[in-house]
Amino acid sequence: MSLLRLEGVGRRFGDGVTALAGVDLDVPAGAFVTLLGASGSGKTTLLRLIAGLDQPSDGRIVWAGDAAPTLGYVFQAPTLLPWATVAENVALPLTLAGRRDPEAVTAALAAVGLEGRAEARPRELSGGMQMRVSIARALVARPTLLLLDEPFAALDEITRDRLGVLLQRLWREQGLTIVFVTHSIPEAAYHASRAVVLDRAPGRVAATFDFAADRPRERTSPGYFAACADLAAALARTMAGAHEDA
Amino acid sequence: MLERLAPVAVTVALIALWEGLVRALAVDPFVLPAPSAIGAALVASAPSLLAALLHTLTITWIALALALPSGVGLAFLIHRSALAEAGILPIAVVLQATPVVAIAPIIIIWTGVDQPDRALVVIAWIVAFFPVLSTLLSALKAIDPALHDLFSLYGASGRARFVRLELPASLPALVSALKVASGLALIGAVVGEYAAGSGAAQGLAWRLIEAGNRLEIPTMFACLALLSALGLAQYALLGGLERWVLTRRGLAASRRPAGR
Repeated sequence: MSLLRLEGVGRRFGDGVTALAGVDLDVPAGAFVTLLGASGSGKTTLLRLIAGLDQPSDGRIVWAGDAAPTLGYVFQAPTLLPWATVAENVALPLTLAGRRDPEAVTAALAAVGLEGRAEARPRELSGGMQMRVSIARALVARPTLLLLDEPFAALDEITRDRLGVLLQRLWREQGLTIVFVTHSIPEAAYHASRAVVLDRAPGRVAATFDFAADRPRERTSPGYFAACADLAAALARTMAGAHEDA
Repeated sequence: MLERLAPVAVTVALIALWEGLVRALAVDPFVLPAPSAIGAALVASAPSLLAALLHTLTITWIALALALPSGVGLAFLIHRSALAEAGILPIAVVLQATPVVAIAPIIIIWTGVDQPDRALVVIAWIVAFFPVLSTLLSALKAIDPALHDLFSLYGASGRARFVRLELPASLPALVSALKVASGLALIGAVVGEYAAGSGAAQGLAWRLIEAGNRLEIPTMFACLALLSALGLAQYALLGGLERWVLTRRGLAASRRPAGR
């Protein structure tokens, strides 16, 4: 069953730039959808349209069910309030909805392994820990859909891998539906139950791959290498015709 | 510790040098009175000078108390609405760019020649409010757009955005602006008293002019010393507030290298 469907979604900006043209995308409930594309393929624009932070110029976005979806959004940077404690940052979606739920905050912090740091300020944490806070904040209101926009791009390799493992575990344990934007082939291949490759500007869907959700994800497994190879080939095709302007 | 004592030591040394030179060269007190003579004048007219100081202080802080909400309010209005920015900002800039000495006589006429204190408050407000407006406006514009997205995503009301994002994000800038504005408000009050001129004004600047007219040069210097002390005290007080806010935010400049 699909949670969310994009039908012919396009986005033109006032300055004549067409970021997206005719994107058809299906996000099944419980899926881990990775959006892979080169810079300028409109990945972030697509995510902002899904989040309702921006409106499409063409096409429509259809949600399953009538109730307004609860969203979680993880930005490229941790995007925390520097004057607030970790717990206050995590509680922000609840606070803005006029709710108070200390148990939910504690649970979200525990889920990302930051139980002991509730009273810390963001500046006292490392970049990886700040990103964990950001993930906990996105999870605290039990989102119907979790959106992540290249969340680990600015982190070092080891931290990125550890957070990748954490995200994979959260997806399985909490039964989340995730749309994850990345420009990293290994990251997309590691996470995806559905991998979508976006064409270069204007962005449209160039290829879609479905992988078994419960496949082995060890970096040495043949399935992982095969997924990487498929995605690399699809991404390379989108780059055909892009010569020196990359 | 030495760095804290240095300005005190230099000031004491300069005053001693001043006293010594005035005595050694027998400088005419009409030209430059010795610090001891100024001190004596200060003590002699202490009650009236302190009353004048209190008066100037009151004017300055009333102006500051008006500049803060008006500057903050206008900054938020301009930040929210492009129309308000186009309409209001140029007028604020014109008000700021025109020398306040030139506007002062007009303001005194408008507020009533027999009500110099009103004019003083208005003049001090005009010079104090602009740094609050402009500093706060830059601080609001500097807020990470992703934070605004975050608040939009979670359906924040305009009030929640103001209370939970914009106000706390601009608090350090607001305190710095207040520090600058306090000095300017004092200048505004002094300029106003100069412009108001004759008898009605009761502040320190007026006492200074009066002492000059009567050739009571040491009293003139005593007024000047009190004005400097007032400006310095305000600056120190609000500087302390600024450091407190920045330390709480973990933004205070540290002499030790950063890193963990």
